Amino acid sequence: MPMTKTKTLGITLYILFVLTPIYWLLNMSFKTNEEITGDLSFWPKEFTFDNYMVIFTDPSWYMGYFNSMTYVALNVVITLMVALPAAYAFSRYKFLGDKQMFFWLLTNRMAPPAVFLLPFFQLYSSVGLFDTHIAVALAHCLFNVPLAVWILEGFMSGVPKEIDETAYIDGYSFPRFFVRIFLPMIRSGIGVSAFFAFMFSWVELLLARTLTSVEAKPIAAIMTRTIGATGVDWGVLAAAGVLTILPGLLVIWFVRNHVAKGFALGRV
Amino acid sequence: MNKTQNNKAWLLVLPVFLLVAFSAIIPLMTVVNYSVQDIFDQNSAYFVGAEWYREVLLDPRLHDSLLRQFGFSGAVLLIEIPLGILVALMMPTRGVMASLSLILLAIPLLIPWNVVGTIWQIFGRADIGLFGWALNNLGVDYNYAANPTDAWFTVLLMDVWHWTSLVALLCYSGLRAIPEAFYQAARIDRASKWAIFRFIQLPRLKSVLIIGVLLRFMDSFMIYTEPFVLTGGGPGNSTTFLSQTLTQMAIGQFDLGPAAAFSLVYFLIVLLVSWLFFTTITHLDNRK
Repeated sequence: MPMTKTKTLGITLYILFVLTPIYWLLNMSFKTNEEITGDLSFWPKEFTFDNYMVIFTDPSWYMGYFNSMTYVALNVVITLMVALPAAYAFSRYKFLGDKQMFFWLLTNRMAPPAVFLLPFFQLYSSVGLFDTHIAVALAHCLFNVPLAVWILEGFMSGVPKEIDETAYIDGYSFPRFFVRIFLPMIRSGIGVSAFFAFMFSWVELLLARTLTSVEAKPIAAIMTRTIGATGVDWGVLAAAGVLTILPGLLVIWFVRNHVAKGFALGRV
Repeated sequence: MNKTQNNKAWLLVLPVFLLVAFSAIIPLMTVVNYSVQDIFDQNSAYFVGAEWYREVLLDPRLHDSLLRQFGFSGAVLLIEIPLGILVALMMPTRGVMASLSLILLAIPLLIPWNVVGTIWQIFGRADIGLFGWALNNLGVDYNYAANPTDAWFTVLLMDVWHWTSLVALLCYSGLRAIPEAFYQAARIDRASKWAIFRFIQLPRLKSVLIIGVLLRFMDSFMIYTEPFVLTGGGPGNSTTFLSQTLTQMAIGQFDLGPAAAFSLVYFLIVLLVSWLFFTTITHLDNRK
């Protein structure tokens, strides 16, 4: 079939477009700085792990990864903990101000982080949370919680209400029903919400950088130090960049089977 | 779903409310507070009413940056939405290749935004980047750091590279949800490829496309990190978008009052456009 061939060609070309800039970064991360700034070469001629060794042997480098991972994990846990009951309430009950509340939550997803930069800095400094992982995790909740509530509400509305009612008749208490019966039914929704929370927390830098200085500084902010007075240390910059891609790859690998259903946020 | 009236459901929403209120209402009130005062230091602040708002709304620098912002967000939507649909239509539907293309497409979404900027900063350079080197060797005079057109082109290309996958993955999941019976009916009617797309696939994609357009509009309207790393807003101010103008004002010049007034105007614009878009769509939906 000629149609399938065109399709295969098209998607292959697009994926090549996606991968080429990443390949270039990977290529650079295995080169020495002399080779990078010298003649352009399509693969490393003097293959070296030195750039990676710089990162793996220096705590001020690798702690950046640890910091980023810590606040992202905290953020995912907090987001799910608060969003799950709220999404259940929105999908099952009518209550005073429910629609307004839902819209207000979504408006926070629309708030440009630049707007909150300074007030956040002052707020978290005044409560003594500045430069802690929890501060960044809480700040990222501002946009992750509304999104998670939105996604989970879609998935929960897909579960018939009769399930809840039958469980109550069978003598299940609400918490037991929620954890034992309801959560397993929407697990791909939970997976997708966690994925989105991870994604938007992992890639965000503006707030994370503003709320930290030393102890909780994210890796993405540490990368800027490769640009020094003597020029840019391209090799180490590239290696650090490659290492920030890996956690995302790992996460997408875990959710790959839920993507087809999950990315539609339970709304098709 | 018919929902039961129960005000106790508030107890389930309370944690979310408290958490988001802590990170949203308190800072927002701080911004409102700044926007109506002239602050010299911690102990002396004067109430100035709407003065900052007047100043901000008349500032030509902001007009320019707002225009650029709308141009950028508009271009992003015009390119990424059709391209995303196209990519989703071309994706393999089952087997190992389907999972593989999903994973590969999703990679740009999970790269920290400043690394995205760094990748394109390197990739576009004529001396050490493949893209800039190739263009210059082909005889195109390309330099994103000196030429505003090239800078715009690079920023747009970077955003397309970065975010088209999101639209594609949304559409892909929408397409997978169409029952096979629909296609069978179309085959019986000898419907053309275009007719299948127009009357079966596109209508079923509507809900995911709404999500896609809303997310892309909101995020492209707030873009900061990627162009900041790539071009630093330059050459000149040619790629300085709203968020960057705002941070320059608030942190660079420490003009807290005008910056706060600007923040609120900015926030209101995003809210207004999103709300307009959302109600138009749902309105069209209800009329059918």
